[in-house]
Amino acid sequence: MNVIAKPLTEKIAAARRQLDAQVREMVQWHFDPATGCPFWLDYAGRLDFDPRKEIGGFSDLKLLGHFQDEWLRGGPVRKWVPKGLAGKPVYVFETGGSTGVPKTRININDFQTDYELFSKTLSEKTFPKGADWLMLGPSGPRRLRLAVEHLCQHRGGICFFVDLDPRWVNKLITRGEMQELDLYKNHVINQGLTILRAHDNIQCLFTTPKLLEALCEKIDLRKAGIKGIFCGGTEMNAQFHRFAREELVPGIDFVPTYGNTLMGLATSKPFDSKKKDYTITYYPPSPRAVFEIVNPDNLDETVAYGQTGRVLLTTLTREFFMPRFPERDEGERSEPIEPYPWDGVSNLRLFSALQESVVVGVY
Amino acid sequence: MIHIPILRAGKPYQSLEVATVPHFRSGEPVAEVSQANRGLIARDLLQMAERQQMLQALSVRELLQICRAAAKHFQEAVLPLGAGEQSPDDYIAQLSATTGMPQSLCRKNMDKIVLVLEEMEAVLGGLTRGIDVEIFDRGWIEQEGRPLSFLREADALGAILPSNSPGVHSLWLPAIPLKVPLVLKPGSQEPWTPFRIIQAFIAAGAPPEAFSFYPTDYGGAAEILLRTGRSMLFGDKNTVAPWRKDPRVQIHGPGWSKVIIADDKIGQWQDYLDVIETSAVMNGGRSCINASGVWVGSRGREVAEALGQRFARIEARGIEDPDAQIAAFTNKSLARRISAMIDSQLQIPGAEDVTARHRNSDRYVEKDGCAFLLPTVIYCEDPAHPLAHSEFLFPYLSVVEMPQEEMLPAMGSTLVATAITGDREFIRRIFASHNVERLNLGPIPTMKINWDQPHEGNLFEHLYRQRAFQMSG
Repeated sequence: MNVIAKPLTEKIAAARRQLDAQVREMVQWHFDPATGCPFWLDYAGRLDFDPRKEIGGFSDLKLLGHFQDEWLRGGPVRKWVPKGLAGKPVYVFETGGSTGVPKTRININDFQTDYELFSKTLSEKTFPKGADWLMLGPSGPRRLRLAVEHLCQHRGGICFFVDLDPRWVNKLITRGEMQELDLYKNHVINQGLTILRAHDNIQCLFTTPKLLEALCEKIDLRKAGIKGIFCGGTEMNAQFHRFAREELVPGIDFVPTYGNTLMGLATSKPFDSKKKDYTITYYPPSPRAVFEIVNPDNLDETVAYGQTGRVLLTTLTREFFMPRFPERDEGERSEPIEPYPWDGVSNLRLFSALQESVVVGVY
Repeated sequence: MIHIPILRAGKPYQSLEVATVPHFRSGEPVAEVSQANRGLIARDLLQMAERQQMLQALSVRELLQICRAAAKHFQEAVLPLGAGEQSPDDYIAQLSATTGMPQSLCRKNMDKIVLVLEEMEAVLGGLTRGIDVEIFDRGWIEQEGRPLSFLREADALGAILPSNSPGVHSLWLPAIPLKVPLVLKPGSQEPWTPFRIIQAFIAAGAPPEAFSFYPTDYGGAAEILLRTGRSMLFGDKNTVAPWRKDPRVQIHGPGWSKVIIADDKIGQWQDYLDVIETSAVMNGGRSCINASGVWVGSRGREVAEALGQRFARIEARGIEDPDAQIAAFTNKSLARRISAMIDSQLQIPGAEDVTARHRNSDRYVEKDGCAFLLPTVIYCEDPAHPLAHSEFLFPYLSVVEMPQEEMLPAMGSTLVATAITGDREFIRRIFASHNVERLNLGPIPTMKINWDQPHEGNLFEHLYRQRAFQMSG
């Protein structure tokens, strides 16, 4: 008997019970005519069963099929506002728009909740309370812009910004205008440098991998007073992770994350500086969101641990219900760990079957 | 498995991201190649001015000596390859295994590289039109009583390299005696040649800091093109299009090289069949200087027919067969698609596959599990037909017939034109034609290279520009 593993086993079981309870609660909420949104109530009307009776846990979500991202393209956007939250101020966030008409998702408090949960994972030493932040990432109708500001404010800081339009960047890439792209990148970086040099209390940074590389060509971030970097927005591989820690920002806390408008924010397995394993493994904020790593040819078949599969994303909040959406990413299924006793995904990357049709790595 | 590392200013670096290079026939990995992330390249390139100083510290005479020694190492020595070593025979076998090029052609390409390294002084003479090479040590010289100075335009020469033919690597070799460090992105199927050349240079005493080798993706390639002050870009029409207007980038796109038989010589067309065949078939038809067109004012059908009979005799052979003339495709599906595209375009009136009547098989054949496209001659009576302006990775010729007076503007971009004519007025018009890059007057195969006549851009002129200079007393 493995006595060391037992507490983790129990944690895994407890996390699963919590997830099943969350599923039941969210299904009740979204399919109740008094609290659900028009989209799901209409959807339920076309089913030959009542989800509130038939869905008793996470595995029963298969009964609802797969969420289609096409449902999120175009309006009316109010079809997604749950009646139970009527009257509250609604934000609408868009995806990057790298695959046609942007998907929109309504938000009320979810982005704040997600980033407050994430805040708990940050070190007090390297992301000090009261420190100011620079958000050097996509602006405009994106959740990330407000979410990072909320994270900063939640930790007692003030957040500085630059303008960055990733859709324009996408167009430049698609048209092959690499020189123009370089000019735009420099324009963004120069704005960031001006802010960094003008405000001494900026100690934390959100940025994307490519902008971090570009910024570090111009400035030693440690000398500039940066203690912690929250990095995300586009895919990041183990090689970039190693390069960042060894060469770009040695001595600065580097926190890779994976987030999107539909799910929230997944945190990464803490880096073990002794093992020097640079594999990035993400864990979703269960029970609010779940990753399933599945056979791309049979989305109901979960692959074994360590095997490659496509990511199915489920979001379970009162504001948004998204069962088993096939994401545009693939990776290796990773085992639960102590701080995150549920499935994660390693080496996340663009789903190979989509690699020729999607423009990524834009900012 | 063989691991080919990144070279960061000569220092091997093993990336956590690797790409495998498969055997063209079995698909089994032959090697894994470390992949450089874009930021790593950008960061390294910030140091290029210092690295250039390592080359600057050596005289051109010393660097020419190093080139001669490198030729010997490249041809004969066992050189480092990742954690292991590579003999010349290993190199030929590995190169052939991942590119599908017959070993006999690999050896010819190897010889070509050796020749350029050995004859580097003559190559520099061709590039500079005979300027005293000491100018690169002193910054200026006196020539015919006048001071002459050149300014180096870049601290590094970037090169985004192809996989199709190892001989093209001879084009960037002069950068070293011209005292410009190299930043190379190898083709995905052909890391072997640039890596071995670098190792040969280092073994010959060149400063390792002058050599960077970055297998990388499209983003990494763009970083090299944007950050090295001067670069060379090899690629197809779509790859090179975004960079055509960037004066820092020397474009090496499709060649569309041609043989022209003018009206005054068409009566002796049989005399030129060898020249045409060599132009199209040598090196497996994979070079940009291979002819893909024969343009004539009349008798096109007869010329096409005769070439079709000759081409139909060329067979697909195993890559170890010393008589092999054509390369296998590394991607069978690509070969099938190319053949299908040609067939589809033959449905457009005005073109005919002449070889089809003389072969006993389809254009696409498989032998020993390898895919080949057999040499093909198309007769085009319509000069605007799409097949009159095509070029592929196998011996392919379109014989196009049209009035000579309209020919030069109609034939389009031509890297090498072999013009068989004695007609002075036509020669004058060819000299004035912007469509022709390199010109051979007379029956000279398009593939015949004279190393003191650089083609497709002059590397010296790309890396240096003349500066006004005067000095007191």
